[in-house]
Formats: sequence, C-alpha cells, structure tokens
Amino acid sequence: MTFGARNLAIVPAFNEEATVATVIGRIREARPDFDVLVVDDGSFDDTAALAEQAGARVVRHTYNLGIGGAVQSGFLYAREQGYDHVVQVDGDGQHEPADIGRLFAAMDEDPTVDVVCGSRFLSADMRYPAPISRRTGIHVFAKLLSMLVEGRVSDPTSGFRLYNRRAISLFARDYPHDFPEVEAVLMLHHHRLRMREVPVRMYARGGGASSLNAGKSAYYMVKVLLALFIGLARRRPVPGPGDTGHAVAS
Amino acid sequence: MDDRIQILSIIGAAGLLLVVLELVRRRALLERYALLWLFSALGLLVFAIWRDGLVVLADAVGIASPPNALFTLAFGAILVLLLHFSAAVSRLADRSKLLTQRVALMEEQLRRLRQQPDASESDDTTEQAEELDPVSMR
Repeated sequence: MTFGARNLAIVPAFNEEATVATVIGRIREARPDFDVLVVDDGSFDDTAALAEQAGARVVRHTYNLGIGGAVQSGFLYAREQGYDHVVQVDGDGQHEPADIGRLFAAMDEDPTVDVVCGSRFLSADMRYPAPISRRTGIHVFAKLLSMLVEGRVSDPTSGFRLYNRRAISLFARDYPHDFPEVEAVLMLHHHRLRMREVPVRMYARGGGASSLNAGKSAYYMVKVLLALFIGLARRRPVPGPGDTGHAVAS
Repeated sequence: MDDRIQILSIIGAAGLLLVVLELVRRRALLERYALLWLFSALGLLVFAIWRDGLVVLADAVGIASPPNALFTLAFGAILVLLLHFSAAVSRLADRSKLLTQRVALMEEQLRRLRQQPDASESDDTTEQAEELDPVSMR
C-alpha cells in the first residue's frame, strides 16, 4: 500500500494474560509497520499491564462490553488517530500475524476491496482444529451469508480481517454487539463495501477461555440468525452513535 | 354487595398513588416514568370507586365477565410497560457502552500525554505523526 501508511493492529483481549504478550510480540516481530492497540475489555487479570510492558498501546474498558464493543473501541481509536488500515488479531493467539501480509496483498491487488478477511477454510493447509459441531455452525452461516450477499463467504466467523479507511469509519459508527463477525459481513454488503477472503492459518487457542462454550454455541446460532434477519430489515443508512435502531415502545 | 372489598381497593389504589407521588417528590422517579404510574394508579382508583365502571367497560369491548375485562386490560398494560422498559434498558446499555468507550479512549490519550510532559502543550496529532516510525515494511 502507500508508503508511510499508518497501520494499527487491534487486539481485543478479555482475561488473556497467558497469551497477550506473546501475541503482541509476534505482531511486532512480523509487522514492525503496525502500531499495536490492545483493547482490554474489563479484564480481572494482568492483561493490561502485560500488554503495556510488551509495548502495546492499551485502551481499558471499565467493565466488560463484549467482543463487539471492544473491537468497536479499536475502530474509534483508529478513526480518531487517522489510521489508514486496521487489522484485527485476537488476543488468544488463534491468528497468525505473519499472515497479515497475505491480507495486505489481496488489498493491494484490488484497491476496490474495503475488507480482506482471513479464511481458515480456503487454505490447503487445513490446520484449524475446530470440533465438527463448530464447523457445521460456521458452514450454515457461510451458506446463508453467501446467499444474502450474493458472493462466496467461506468463513464468516473469522475475526482476522484487514480494514481500510471506509470500513474503519463505518464500523466506528456502528458495529454489532455480541457476536459481531457474521453480521458485520452483512453490514458491509448493505453499505456497498466490498469484502474478499484469502486463505490463512489459524490455531487452537493458546490459553484462557473461549467466549464460546457448548451451551453458548446454540445461543450464538440463534442470536446471530436473528441478528441477520433483523439486519436485513434494518433501515439504512446506519444510525448515528447512540441510536442502534432498537424498537421503542411508546 | 360487600363493601369491604371496595374499601380495600380504594385504599390500595390511593396508597399506590401516594407512593408514586412520594417517589417523585424525593426525585427517585423521573417524571416521565412517574406519569405512567400516576395514570395507572388513577385508573385503578376510578374503577375502585365507580363499581359499575367495569361492567360498562366489559360491555363496551364484548367481554362477558367484568373481572376478565379487568385482567385483560391490566395484562395488556403491563405487557406494554415491560416492553417499554426493555427498550429503555437497551437504550441505557447502548449509552453506557458509548461512555465506556469514550472514557477508555480518553484515558489512553491522557496516559500518553503524561508520559511526555513537554508535549502536553502541543497539538496531539502532530505529536502522533512524529512518534510513529515512518518506515513501512511494504
């Protein structure tokens, strides 16, 4: 991309003291051209202190907002500080910072692309060890989204994404709440922003606990499906900050 | 007809009215919500005093038994109220999210400014540009 572009890696982290420093170190090593911003989403452990020691900038939420709120804080930060690109790298070590180059290559190749999403299912090197139930769920969303956005989406739950300025400003204004990745794809489509996928590697979590356990997975499915269908009917353009389009009974 | 239940109803409805007024007086209840409860309490009081009111009401909407008219009405009103509160809570959650994000961003900025005390006078964005490494990997 343009010489001297300002790039920010957003690392959302909630009680990730076991892995956050390693993740930051790997990003800095692989991509010295990125500033690293850890969004500490109200952790009880030493996530924030360790992140700062590891050389990251740290934004701390006073209480846990959930992954959507955490990532949105990163977008707000990027927009306000004038960053050109944002990449999201999860704090649990699932994403491979060395693959950021692959995301960038796709954006360079086609400048009309606003978001490049790392997909674990396009890769011949299928190292992603997800349980079959999780994979089935992802494929259901993939099929549904592919129909809705009229284009192939293979890994709609991947958070490993590269965003340009247009996408940053859209998501700084409005980003879905609890399980944002799937719905965000639909938002991009509605706002005529273009997304592309490239194959990347993903790993099992390095430590800490996933925000999803077995019981929550079903809830996740239902909630995201609901969000998708409501998202279809939601009015455009996006509401301003503070107005999320909740029904108001009066 | 037994007067005791009527007296009890009147006392109950009047009590509710007084509690609401007292809460407003102590500023424990915003007027906007107080109004809802005031009307509910007033409605209850009206039907407690005006015995035939329920019969008239039931006839008007075609419900055979007056008590059922009361239950239907009360149930509907409570449903609307709850929905209203869910919406209000959602709005509050959304606003507190915005505040949390804003505070978090400001704290980060403040911390960075404090780390370089001489820079606190100058414009923050130029400060930013200087501290960044301009060399891109790409």
